[in-house]
Amino acid sequence: MKLKILHETSYSYDAPIEALAQSLRLTPSVHEGQRVGEWRISVSGGQRGAGFRDGAGDWVEGWTVRGPIDKVVVTIQGLIETRDTAGVLRGHRETINPLVYMRSTPATRSNDALQALAHSVKGEDGLDLAHELSAAVHGAIAYVPGATEVWTSAAEALALGQGVCQDHAHALIACARARGLPARYVSGYLHSNLDGTPHDAAHAWAEIHVGTLGWVGFDAANACCPDDRYIRLGSGYDAPDAAPVRGMAFGPSRESLDVRVHVEEIQQ
Amino acid sequence: MFYNEMFEGSEVRAPYAMLSDWVDTMPADMRQMKQAEAEALFRRIGITFAVYGEGGDPDRLIPFDMMPRVFLQGEWRRLERGIKQRARALNAFLRDVYSRGEIIRAGRIPARLVYQNAAYEKAVVGFVPPRGVFSHIVGIDIVRTGRDDFHVLEDNCRTPSGVSYMLENREIMMRMFPALFRNNRIEPVDQYPEILRRTLASVAPAKCADEPTVVILTPGHFNSAYYEHSFLANLMGVELVEGNDLFVDAGLVYMRTTEGPKRVDVIYRRIDDPFLDPLCFRKDSMLGVPGLMDVYRSGGVAIASAPGAGVADDKAVYTYVPEMIRFYLGEEPLLQNVPTWTLWKEDDYKYVMANLADLVVKEVHGSGGYGMLIGPKASKDEIARFADLIRANPDNYIAQPTLALSTSPTFVAEGVAPRHVDLRPFCLCGDRLELVPGGLTRVALREGSLVVNSSQGGGVKDTWVLSE
Repeated sequence: MKLKILHETSYSYDAPIEALAQSLRLTPSVHEGQRVGEWRISVSGGQRGAGFRDGAGDWVEGWTVRGPIDKVVVTIQGLIETRDTAGVLRGHRETINPLVYMRSTPATRSNDALQALAHSVKGEDGLDLAHELSAAVHGAIAYVPGATEVWTSAAEALALGQGVCQDHAHALIACARARGLPARYVSGYLHSNLDGTPHDAAHAWAEIHVGTLGWVGFDAANACCPDDRYIRLGSGYDAPDAAPVRGMAFGPSRESLDVRVHVEEIQQ
Repeated sequence: MFYNEMFEGSEVRAPYAMLSDWVDTMPADMRQMKQAEAEALFRRIGITFAVYGEGGDPDRLIPFDMMPRVFLQGEWRRLERGIKQRARALNAFLRDVYSRGEIIRAGRIPARLVYQNAAYEKAVVGFVPPRGVFSHIVGIDIVRTGRDDFHVLEDNCRTPSGVSYMLENREIMMRMFPALFRNNRIEPVDQYPEILRRTLASVAPAKCADEPTVVILTPGHFNSAYYEHSFLANLMGVELVEGNDLFVDAGLVYMRTTEGPKRVDVIYRRIDDPFLDPLCFRKDSMLGVPGLMDVYRSGGVAIASAPGAGVADDKAVYTYVPEMIRFYLGEEPLLQNVPTWTLWKEDDYKYVMANLADLVVKEVHGSGGYGMLIGPKASKDEIARFADLIRANPDNYIAQPTLALSTSPTFVAEGVAPRHVDLRPFCLCGDRLELVPGGLTRVALREGSLVVNSSQGGGVKDTWVLSE
């Protein structure tokens, strides 16, 4: 699938800030499921620091903006060709040992209910188990936008029985780790307006490390594995750790945010 | 059963011969006067911080014992070789576990202990710091159990503190007893700050074209080791900065100065990993520099020690250091580890639980003498309570025999008496390895006590290495 992405984030400040520092992971991963045609990141008024590929295989760029400035726009424009690999992350160069992703974080910490959910299913092998866990999480948390907040934990979302893709991913990560499978959070885009109505195209899912196959993506929110509608950006222990944008403004100003993400298919 | 560093039978050992005369000829009132003078000097300098992050009253003065601890040249050379060997192996280990992890592939250390270690830092994986050095100041805690027997109690690869005591203890001894230093050939330690500065400058990143600018990054004056931070900055002639004195611009780190921004090449940080950069670690950190890790990982600035260096020095990984020395250096360890039982191994667990009354049990991540059980000194109740803690989480504990720490002569109310001591030398790792002849000797001032922690009745001494 050939996809065109436009992702624009506007930061407005009620008083001019002195400076802004950002760490951006907004470049698609390099793996068999996606090939980048062109990709442009720009930060209005910003200076690009050096970019580098980290141990997780993510491309990271540090940007800084000198103030005084009261509005900064981060724009990503890109063309990408995707291919369905049935969720398997193949040809992705990374050096981090999967065991590192057994670490629990506040957002993915297990509790009795998550343990019970994780042990409610059986799998013949790691892959089978991962599929079962993803289905279990899909069944346990209904997709209800607005029911949870960005800081809601896996345990809280499960107790509520409602959430969005972030909550499904956190819950699945907690369950997989409870069953001894390394798991991580993936941020990216999803081309989901196939029915013609626009959806929020920023998306997140989980990856679970299963034996010889390596990392495999699972989107518990949509009860599927990532296919050619998915664009993978980067990963981490949980949502805060995998955030595509981490930034900090200097100055006593209040920030307000406006995000537009648009993914569309280009017909040949 | 304890090795007495001063006496061999009834004979005074060579290193202590002149000190023995010195004490014998010192009038009692002179001793009291000098002790009061030393205390006044320490107060005036303001060196009242807690050693090794033990917490407690930051204004507490750590007792200073005027009786030096002495090593012969030959003893020290042997120690020096062992310390440098260990520092080399620890850095080789860090280089390895942040790249291919050969030692784990070879089955010489369990993967879990490294990759699931809380101190293992994913952000550093795949990055090789300048000269491949991760830990630039390695503090190794050593105890002596016999004339030729030295054991390593603990390694400190992050930001070991206490070196200012080494320097101040010497300074004060020289001021109070100049004749001692005229009449004996004692190797100097005051070159330490200059060697530290040179070591830090030697790991400047490739992007640094001119003479490297080195700074010390402190969490601020409320930190218990702030005195040491400012003391070292002063002696090295470098700036002491806090997080908000530094900023990132266009991929480099700058410090705010009255003459405008000045580029920074090497940061000797005395703040912990989670607080270094809110864009990479803890979001709520106010102590760090936003964007610092991106600059670091793209080769724009050096950080000493490297984030994640702590994975080499916890008490579980410690048990594998002799293995590291064999694996990376192809040598046999010159300094022995203390025999250690790891409670996640079934046999060890059984043995330890059956012998708690004879052992010392420590938390894997504990420090400063807290969270530990000293079996021979504990009551039945205390042992039972600790056994419950171990049962709940065996992975969190290691056990060691109670060590027969050597004694060194120490001033006490009745004169001079043997008291138990340990030693922390500081090995500097940059373009080469350097060790000043000396270190921080801690002494358990209470009779019979084996606990040298300043929070629990410990004091400090000047440490001498005699020239040939």
